[in-house]
Amino acid sequence: MKKNKNNLKEPFVRIVKRDNIKIQKIILIYSIAIVGGLLLSGFISMMFSDKNLVDFFQSLFTGAFGSERKFWLLLQDTSLLLGTSMALLPAFKMKFWNLGGNGQILVGCLAAIACMFYLGGKVDDFVIIPLMLIASVTAGAIWAAIPAIFKAKFNTNESLFTLMMNYIAQSLVSLCITIWVKSGSGVLAPIAYGNIPDIGNKYLLPIILFVVITVLMHVYLRSSKHGYEISVVGESINTAKYVGIRVDKVIIRTMILSGAIAGLVGFVLAGSINHTISTASANNMGFTGIMATWLATFNPLMIILTSFFITFISKGMVEVRKTFMFTNDSISNIVVGIVYFAVIICSFFINYKLVFRKKEKEEIKK
Amino acid sequence: MKNLKKVLAVVMAIALIVTCFAACGDNKTDEPDVKAVKAALICLHGDSSTYDKNFIDAFKQACANKGLTADDYTIVTDIPEGTACYDQAADLAETYDLIFADSFGHEPYMIQAAKEFPEVEFCHATGTKAHTEKLANYHNAFASIYEGRYLAGVAAGMKLVELYGDENGKVSDENAKIGYVGAWPYAEVISGYTSFYLGAKSVVENATMEVRYTNSWYDETAEKTTALALIDNGCKLISQHADSWGAPTACEERNVPNVSYNGSTVEKCPNTFIIASRINWTPYFEYIIDCVQNDKAIDTDWTGSIETGSVEITALGTAAAKGTQEKLDTVMAGLKDGSIKVFDCSTFTVTVDPAVKDSFGNVINASAIIDGKKGTETTEKISGHLTGFVADVDDAGDYIPETEVVEKSGDITFVNESGKRSAPYFNLIIDGITAITE
Repeated sequence: MKKNKNNLKEPFVRIVKRDNIKIQKIILIYSIAIVGGLLLSGFISMMFSDKNLVDFFQSLFTGAFGSERKFWLLLQDTSLLLGTSMALLPAFKMKFWNLGGNGQILVGCLAAIACMFYLGGKVDDFVIIPLMLIASVTAGAIWAAIPAIFKAKFNTNESLFTLMMNYIAQSLVSLCITIWVKSGSGVLAPIAYGNIPDIGNKYLLPIILFVVITVLMHVYLRSSKHGYEISVVGESINTAKYVGIRVDKVIIRTMILSGAIAGLVGFVLAGSINHTISTASANNMGFTGIMATWLATFNPLMIILTSFFITFISKGMVEVRKTFMFTNDSISNIVVGIVYFAVIICSFFINYKLVFRKKEKEEIKK
Repeated sequence: MKNLKKVLAVVMAIALIVTCFAACGDNKTDEPDVKAVKAALICLHGDSSTYDKNFIDAFKQACANKGLTADDYTIVTDIPEGTACYDQAADLAETYDLIFADSFGHEPYMIQAAKEFPEVEFCHATGTKAHTEKLANYHNAFASIYEGRYLAGVAAGMKLVELYGDENGKVSDENAKIGYVGAWPYAEVISGYTSFYLGAKSVVENATMEVRYTNSWYDETAEKTTALALIDNGCKLISQHADSWGAPTACEERNVPNVSYNGSTVEKCPNTFIIASRINWTPYFEYIIDCVQNDKAIDTDWTGSIETGSVEITALGTAAAKGTQEKLDTVMAGLKDGSIKVFDCSTFTVTVDPAVKDSFGNVINASAIIDGKKGTETTEKISGHLTGFVADVDDAGDYIPETEVVEKSGDITFVNESGKRSAPYFNLIIDGITAITE
């Protein structure tokens, strides 16, 4: 009765911040989101085809795990995305929104290809490969340092700047292809020189390399002075200044690291995987990597999981498109979007919970 | 008694299932004794690109015509020109007998897969390396699309005469200027616009053409702005070798007649569309499926023609000049019986000037032999009809031409385009055409 008097009514549902949540519950929420997203995607795919839900899931898993080759490719592509995410991670921790991953990978790749193109056949591969490595890492670092210097010195907007650097990198690649390919076809044939030898099998190198980098990055961000400085700058620039951190130095240093790792991804793409380059060589990982990094809430070890998950979905969807005869990437883009969306929504439910109005019961008690 | 009934029911059910399966099995053996074929198509993009759509539609059509069900064929789209193409081809090779890739840059990776899977047939459109790789299971294909371009050029010439011709059908030099939006300065593009130009020139003797490249195979914005720049530069008719809607829509906006490629653009450009030429890949797909079904060898280089149904021109748009259809029928008949050769050397002249070089420092048209004089050896400017032309048919990566491609048939001296390999190799800039790289 009191409630009525005050004319205050408890809302039907309230959003309450969770204090602490058990890991089992987190796993449960994520599982529900992923399965729900996939089911919805399956139904949407069914609408445009005569196949059924079983075909959908079967293809999804066949595409990723269907054969030994597919499984290795899944791991290889996961590791590339992981490498890209490791490049983005330190910048993001610093709240420097590096959208230039694609461009940094691309210039790294271009630098390596340039070494292969100009030195191939003239110098031994054992000389070319280290040069490629140096060139790629330097190129990536420079590409990232340019927007970082402008941010540190003139406080320019880094998102726009890094984004524009992507387009410049693409045009640079097209220009080089125009100069190198004299038949005018616009397609650079794979170069036989400067190919990094296989270790065990041809998929293993990036996998080992980027897992090692992930572990190093984890240690760097967690236990080093640099890592601490990055997190302070990310939290509050004023605090950083107050405790005597040179903010501009940290920004530039971190972006050089970020670009160098992206350049390394380009090096692997050029030297170990493709042996050629096109404007699409970065395979849009600069943006997919943002997804992987955010979903993992900037935790390097969690990024291994999110990279794997994202690669799994995209590999699986290639097979789904084959089975469902989708000759257009629109539907699979919708599907991938839905799954991501479901996962993003569920991170909300990990931080908050819904509390529904409990009526009658309490009143009766009183 | 009850048990007996149950047993009987089970036995009958099993019998039913067995006969069903047997019947299914029978069905298969009832077919004429051709091998079952599973075919796969690898595309660079999906069906939102007119280039890939052309392959996808033709592939589905050919599979249907050859009795392949949906389980017997597959289409994989958006496969980039890199190792991903090899991975995809190798993966498909484990289940499919016949694999086709549609983009030029797929070639090295298809060859790589072909070497690894000798029992699977690999076919590739627009490629150049099958005749030098000499693999039994790797094949190139193209079509003599220059004949289609030539016909389209004739229709373009007719339109110029209708718009600007005087009582004798003469068009002033100013009005005889055509614009062409090219993709890359590549033989496939050069051969295409030269044949188009020669078609127009066969109607309008004083026609000239300005070519501008976009340096991209697909860039709608660049194609549109390039077309507009050509129109602003005085071009009275536009054609293109580019896959987007850029150039046709630019023409529709400015009301300038357009000759299209890969398919009709009449729907979006009803006032300016004249005609389009395209390669119909269905005959080739049917041919290769047929070869695998009957254990026949596939040609190393296969060049489709008007006769095989591979080179097509679309129905004329309402913007086409009166009498175009009749004219095209005559020319078509001439092309079929060989009395008309597209690259008839008497119909065009070529200039070699040692002072005029391309951006790589090579003398333009150096591989031409003019009235017996070699372009590579001349120290002065020479101009005249071709008596020889050495093309880079082998494409060994050295960019050094090695094959003489000028031939004689009866009285006609002509460049035998696509005769030495399926992909075009004519890359001379003939007189009357100016080519600018954007």
